[in-house]
Amino acid sequence: MPIHEKSLIRPENLVTHEHLEIDGVDVSGHWSTFITSRAITDYNEQMQEEIAALPGGEFIHRCWQCGSCTNACTINAVNPDFNPRYWIYLIRMGFESELLRDKDIIWQCVSCNKCTYACPRDVSPEGVMKATAHWLELKGYTEKKPSTAFDEVFSEQVFATGKIEEGRVLRQFFARTGQSLSQGWLVELIRSLASRLPVGLLVKLGLASVIRPRTRGWRGASLAIDEYVRECEAAARKALRLDVQGAE
Amino acid sequence: MSDKHKQVAYYPGCALEGTGHAYNRSTKEVGKALGLDLVELKNWNCCGAMEVKNIDPKLQTYLSARNLSIADAMGFDTVMAPCNGCYHNLKKAEYDLAKDPPSREVTDRLSRKAGHATYEAGKVTTIHALDWIKESVGEQGLKARVKNSLKGLKVANYYGCMYTRPRHIFPEKDKGPGSESTSKPHFMDDLLAAAGAENVEYPLKTACCGGAHTLSDSDTSTKLVLNLLTTAEACGADVIATECPTCHTGLEMHQVRAEKVFGRKTSVKILYFTQLLGMALGLSARRVGVQENFSDSTGLLRARGLG
Repeated sequence: MPIHEKSLIRPENLVTHEHLEIDGVDVSGHWSTFITSRAITDYNEQMQEEIAALPGGEFIHRCWQCGSCTNACTINAVNPDFNPRYWIYLIRMGFESELLRDKDIIWQCVSCNKCTYACPRDVSPEGVMKATAHWLELKGYTEKKPSTAFDEVFSEQVFATGKIEEGRVLRQFFARTGQSLSQGWLVELIRSLASRLPVGLLVKLGLASVIRPRTRGWRGASLAIDEYVRECEAAARKALRLDVQGAE
Repeated sequence: MSDKHKQVAYYPGCALEGTGHAYNRSTKEVGKALGLDLVELKNWNCCGAMEVKNIDPKLQTYLSARNLSIADAMGFDTVMAPCNGCYHNLKKAEYDLAKDPPSREVTDRLSRKAGHATYEAGKVTTIHALDWIKESVGEQGLKARVKNSLKGLKVANYYGCMYTRPRHIFPEKDKGPGSESTSKPHFMDDLLAAAGAENVEYPLKTACCGGAHTLSDSDTSTKLVLNLLTTAEACGADVIATECPTCHTGLEMHQVRAEKVFGRKTSVKILYFTQLLGMALGLSARRVGVQENFSDSTGLLRARGLG
């Protein structure tokens, strides 16, 4: 591996000996930690192909493992385990079980595009992160993550009316993810907003949540989009061979 | 300075009709004060924001292309989008339709089925509110019109992610002197400096506020925003100037959340760059919608003789 990232040394793989002598040499102490060897028996040779078939994952094969993406990554700065370079490596090698250890953080990519800006090979790591997060959901390795719930709530509104209304997005997202709207910070925010905003604007925002803003004559677009979304879903399932499951 | 942007098509987008209302209002007011004419796109639709691309990127290209085709049908070759998300998506659609045949095919097919004109790549150019002011009035023109200088106001200019990244969709940037830079953007700094502001050295100009996951991963967003706020304070800023409704709302919302959830209080104020410019041009704080911001900056503005 070209880069030594300390976060890749899993604590559970470390063995420390208070007193250990090998061939007459004392190898006790911190530096004498051993990483247990492991045999990988769970190759998934299709992993790269499947992720490349999902939107955003197309260019994963270009990766040269330089590490620019992880180095530039916004989320890596907050959580060192968030490591796009490593995940791309695992996907290309087919190390599925190793990737699954991080299955619950991959969705946290915030699409800031710092990786895509930094990547010398036009891999579009941001796209690969989204494709990987979707792959994990489609395969049933993770439940639908909050970001997917948000994307869906938001997109459904756009597809239906051509526009969104933020209050509705917020309410539907909280409902869909089973969260209460009465969270301290949110209540505080809405209270201060209601006390400060001009009455005219409050009325306008209130009306918008009842009478949804919409693009006129959107029905044709809405139908065309729905049909296309179904096509995309079918194509994704086919690429992951989920369309034939249970058909035996 | 050119007259090229004296009259441009205006694409406010969904956020500017909701939480970003102050940005919409102040952009229009600044335009009026500078003698620039904005003609809103008729019957526009959402550009796809940061969400639709995760359903399918080509769908977002279609949504943005529909808006570009409206600008074209209205006889405009330039559309101005103040929202970074809208600006980014329209730019990306321009790029994809010119360079990526599959994107073009999907846009054409959906346009046909939806029963409206498809968009022919290259007919319309998208610009940001920063380009619009910089290229039509420019720093000298702005200086000449300042009625109430921002002198003494220390500003951290915050550009966010989508104005500069990824680089390939912004062919007009990184062209050397006079052009915008994708690694060290300066258009907002230039305009606010012309209005008299004292810009502080702010290393996080294009850092991410976590806006895409502001609700779905709030703790991460709060951490990212807190970093932006505390760094701005450490750099000596009174105000963070913003140019994106998602960043702006995120900064304000997570400033409250950082205090409520993490017990971290910050006092730096958050204002749209257009609000600051408007006040420098002699408009009242009310006219540029300062009362519509969550973070109450009236005390600071009064102390600096603004608004």
